[in-house]
Order: sequence, then structure tokens, then C-alpha cells
Amino acid sequence: MMRVFIEGIGLVGPGLVGWASSRAVLAGLAPYEVRPVRPPPVAMLPPAERRRAGLTIRLAIAAGVEALAQAGRDPIDMPLVCAASGGDGETIHETLAALATQQREVSPTRFHNSVHNAPSGYWAVATGSRLPSISLSAFDGSFAAGLLEAAVQATVHDHPVTLIAYDVPYPEPLHAARPISSIFGVALVLIPHRTERALAGLTVAMAEAVLPETRMADTALEQVRVGNPAARVLPLLAALARAETGTMHVDGIDIELTSLC
Amino acid sequence: MYPLRLSQFSVVSSVGAGQAATLGALRDGTSGLRPCGFETVDLPTYTGTVEALDDVRLPEAFTAFDCRNNRLAEMALGQDGFEDSVAAAVARYGARRVGLFLGTSTSGILQAELAYRARDATTGLLPAWFDYERTHNVGSLSTYLRQRLGIAGPSFVVSCACASTAKTFGTAARMIAAGICDAAVVGGADTLCLTTLYGFHALGLNAPGPCRPFGESRDGISIGEAAGFALLEKPHASHGDDALMLYGVGESNDAYHMSSPHPEGIGARLAMERALTAAGLAPGDIDYINLHGTATRVGDAAEDQAVSGLFGGDTPCSSTKGQTGHTLGAAGIVEAIVSALAIRHGFLPGSPHTETVDPSFRSRYQLACEPARVDTVLSNSFGFGGSNCSLILGRPR
Repeated sequence: MMRVFIEGIGLVGPGLVGWASSRAVLAGLAPYEVRPVRPPPVAMLPPAERRRAGLTIRLAIAAGVEALAQAGRDPIDMPLVCAASGGDGETIHETLAALATQQREVSPTRFHNSVHNAPSGYWAVATGSRLPSISLSAFDGSFAAGLLEAAVQATVHDHPVTLIAYDVPYPEPLHAARPISSIFGVALVLIPHRTERALAGLTVAMAEAVLPETRMADTALEQVRVGNPAARVLPLLAALARAETGTMHVDGIDIELTSLC
Repeated sequence: MYPLRLSQFSVVSSVGAGQAATLGALRDGTSGLRPCGFETVDLPTYTGTVEALDDVRLPEAFTAFDCRNNRLAEMALGQDGFEDSVAAAVARYGARRVGLFLGTSTSGILQAELAYRARDATTGLLPAWFDYERTHNVGSLSTYLRQRLGIAGPSFVVSCACASTAKTFGTAARMIAAGICDAAVVGGADTLCLTTLYGFHALGLNAPGPCRPFGESRDGISIGEAAGFALLEKPHASHGDDALMLYGVGESNDAYHMSSPHPEGIGARLAMERALTAAGLAPGDIDYINLHGTATRVGDAAEDQAVSGLFGGDTPCSSTKGQTGHTLGAAGIVEAIVSALAIRHGFLPGSPHTETVDPSFRSRYQLACEPARVDTVLSNSFGFGGSNCSLILGRPR
């Protein structure tokens, strides 16, 4: 079991743009409206990288930037954990489609953007951080795996870490084989010791038993949760929005949240 | 965090299946590189193909996971008693106390490539046999082996391009240090697919002949495929002198470019320095460096700068990619095992196909395999996205 603290949150999801403006909705104090969202181009990237940055990259960076701004921390001093079920939908689809033609002409940019760690590579270019980063996947359990890795890093290295989880829908025909309903990106700044800015305490542990997943009370938000692996964070954010203390089960991980705000 | 005991390992690459075949090839300087005849690929390049792979079948209960990548993982599981060693660890520690951290870059994407060729002419849909979750998805490898090996501890796939399987050692060490598990299976698999063969072709990085790491006339990579695993455990008092230890892992980012390394090797040097710091060792303690050395013009030049800048020009080093090819995400585990074999059997691996070392390089490049006492090895793996990882393995100190 590890004890860490959340110091910053970034959120980019359908009708959920930014932690501050989503808090009332997640607390159940304002109605949830599904609205499509598109993350903006990344101003902090050099022009060539900015042009080449696909959706997962823009999504991950937007969430990460928001969380670090709230924590008041410089990304150059932060190791990074990225968690995503899969890669960038358009990049993968266009590459597979090109390989199914006679010519098999793959775009070099699409090829290097097709690696699972592309967002962390662009993040390093954007922030200048040479601290370690890791990109992982555990299919629908990717957020929980990323939270575990990030909490372990914060604890073992006694150092703050940024966790960014994201996934995006795939175009057809991949969408039918892997239906991801909407884009969703979330970032958490995790720190090993409580600071004045700490929003919540978090204990993270491997689940002792197989327990039912913690769900969202709101039907539409529950659809968001099950529709994108990164949105498995939603019960945690909802508890935080309500300033509650509570226990959650997320894909084999037990999370105990103590609100400090 | 360190040391951890590397209590068992297994490997399959184009030079052979299992430790004995790999050791023989390393000693003889045998190369597994041949003109590319993979699938329908029509490219003027060489590959390191595991020919026996077509005949590998997954156990009946797991046929839904069937794809080239999981087959190669299955093949590696069957070498050197690795599967039995995992079963023993599960029995000793309990299934929930064993972790599984595996690396891959392309997973089972070959299945998706084949499926895109078999789309329904009217609807455009992919064929019903395509199982995204169990083959193409990045996490497929750990989903498969978690069930296959009966592991119930933490498990996921690390996918950081060509640093993937090296980085699984770092994750395992952290998880064990945090008390999340007592032992962990690390390593992983990467297999030939059209995405990487045509992708590296688009970048102009495939060599027309077998690759010549650190060579004056080097002209690009030879893509290979491989799988390998290692079992990491906390050390115990009774291990013998022939035990192998993981002394440190160092990780860094270039923060420079997606597909070109920092020209001065700044990120590479940081990874090596961090590995030495984690191990509590000085550059002079390293007896041999297994280089990333993919044989690209810029990659090898950057690594030479990083290595010679940190170690000077006396530490023997070589890249074994002229033998196995660049096995991409699997390179880290393959070369960790090459390093382990060099320590256990006493030799410095050579570099077939490399005839003349680039005269502008300053590091001490080992062209031919020769016997030597090797106590401590540093192994480098660098990937797209500027992801760098160095491992230090050695005998008990």
C-alpha cells in the first residue's frame, strides 16, 4: 500500500474541459451535458513538432499542462507516467490503410508518431524534461496500471511525478473492433509528502479481492467512464469534487481518497 | 532497490532458441541476418527472422491470443525451463505476489495489417477473426501471459519503442522496492510486421545488406524479431557465486526529437550515469558495454560520444545487432541476456559484418568475440521518442 497526495488535476473530456469548470458537474451540483471537445495545438512545441502533433499528443499535453499549472510545478523537474490502452487512432488507421495498398507508402511522420510513447516524446521536447518517462498499456485497465506505476515511483523515488492517462476513438473499421466512445485525457500530479497545495491524500494498493468496479451515479457520466479507458478515473474525480473521503475499486486497484480541500 | 537476483532467463532470436544456441552463436560470431523474405514484403533489406515461428501453436485454451508476437513469447517461455521457474516462483511467493512487466513496441499489429487487407468489399468491416484486444492491443502480451502463467500480481505492458523491454527491469525493481510484489517476470517480445519494415524504409533507415554497427561504412539497421524473459527476485543469502544480479537501471529522455537521437548523446549519457548511480558504481567498474549500436549514421555517432565521454576509450564495447538484428522493443531483454551470458561464460561479444570501425569514434569497439573475465556489464537501449534506458548486470560483489 502506498500513500501519496494529489496536487494538481488536468481534465479534457466530452463536456468536461478543465478541472475547475468540471467540478460542479462531477459533484452532481450542475447538470452534465455531453459536448464534443478538441484539444488545442500545443503552443509550447517548436513549429515542426506542433504541425506533426496528432490528437493523442495534444490531448495528453493539454491535460498535463493544466495539472502542473495547478500544482505550480515546472514540468522540467517532473518524471512522467503515460497510460493509454492504445495509440493515436488516425495515425494507426492511416498507416494500416497505406500498408493494405499496393504501394505501401507509409508516412515517416505517421510512423514515428505510431509508437505508444509518442505523447511522452513530444512532452519531453515541449518541456525540455530529461527525467525518465514511461508509457504503458493494460487494455481497459490502463488508468489503474498507470496510477499504480506513478504512486510506486513517487513513493520509491520520494519525488513528485506526473501521471497522464488518455485514449481517443479509432476511425472505422477499427472503431467496430475497438469502440472508444469519445476522447478523454486526465493528468494527476502525485507527490510523496503533503504540501499546502495538496488537494487529497490517496492510498493505492492491489485489490485484496475481486470487487465490483465503482461506478458513476449519473447515467451519462457512467457511459463516459465505460467508453474510454482513461475515464476510469471518473469515480475518483467525482469523490474529489464532492470533497468526500471514500474507497474506490478500479480495475484491480483499491484507492482510498481523503479530501483535503 | 538493488541488487535484485536474475534467477532465470530465456531467449529466442534469429540466432537460435534458448541460452545454449544463443551462447554458441555469440561465441562463433554467427549472424541470423538474411535477405528479407518476410510475408509479402518487397524491400531490399536484411532481417533477423525466427524461422520456426510458423509452426508454434499457443495452448488450446489461449488460441484467441494467436498472433506472431504471442507465438514468439510462447516459444521463449518454453526455453531453458523458464515456464517451470515461473511456476516455482508462483508457488513460493503466491500468485498475487508475482508481478508481470513486459515490453513490446508493435505487439500483434501484424494481425491488424492482415485484417486491413481482408476488409469486406461492401461494408469495409474488418474480418470476424480479427481480435483487437487479444492480438493488436499494446497490452495483449501481458493479458496473455498473466493468464497463461497464472500470475495475479501487478501486470502491464511497457511500450517505449526500442527501450521497452529494458525499461521493464526498472518497473520491476520499483514494484519490488515498494513491496507490491516479491518477484517479477520481465522482458517481452517484438516481431516482424509491415509497419516497422515499411516505416523504417520510409525513414531511409533500412540497410540494404546486414547491418554494420559502429562501422565506417554503416548504412542503417537490419530489423530482427525476438522474445526473452527474466525472473527477478530479491536476493537471498544462499545464492552461489554464479548468481546474476541486476545492480541498477538508469532512464532518461533526450527531449530533442521523435526519431533522431540528440547528436551529442546527452540523453544516452544521462541514462548510463543514472544506472551507475543506482548501482553505486563508477565507470571504471564496468568490464563491458553492450551498445545500442543499431548501425545508423547518427545513432552510433551519438552513442560513441556518450560512451567515450563517460568511460574514456578503454572499456570494451560492442553491439550484437549484427547477429540478431535490431529486435526493436525486444532489444533490451535480448541484450540483457547477451550480457548475462557474457558474465556467466566469460567472453566479450563481437560484431560480425562490421569490418572497419568508424575512425572518428573514440570508444574501444570489440570486433571479434574473445574470452575474458567479465564481472559487470552495462547494456544500452534507446528508442524513438528519445526514450533511453541502461541496465547494469553483474556477479555478486
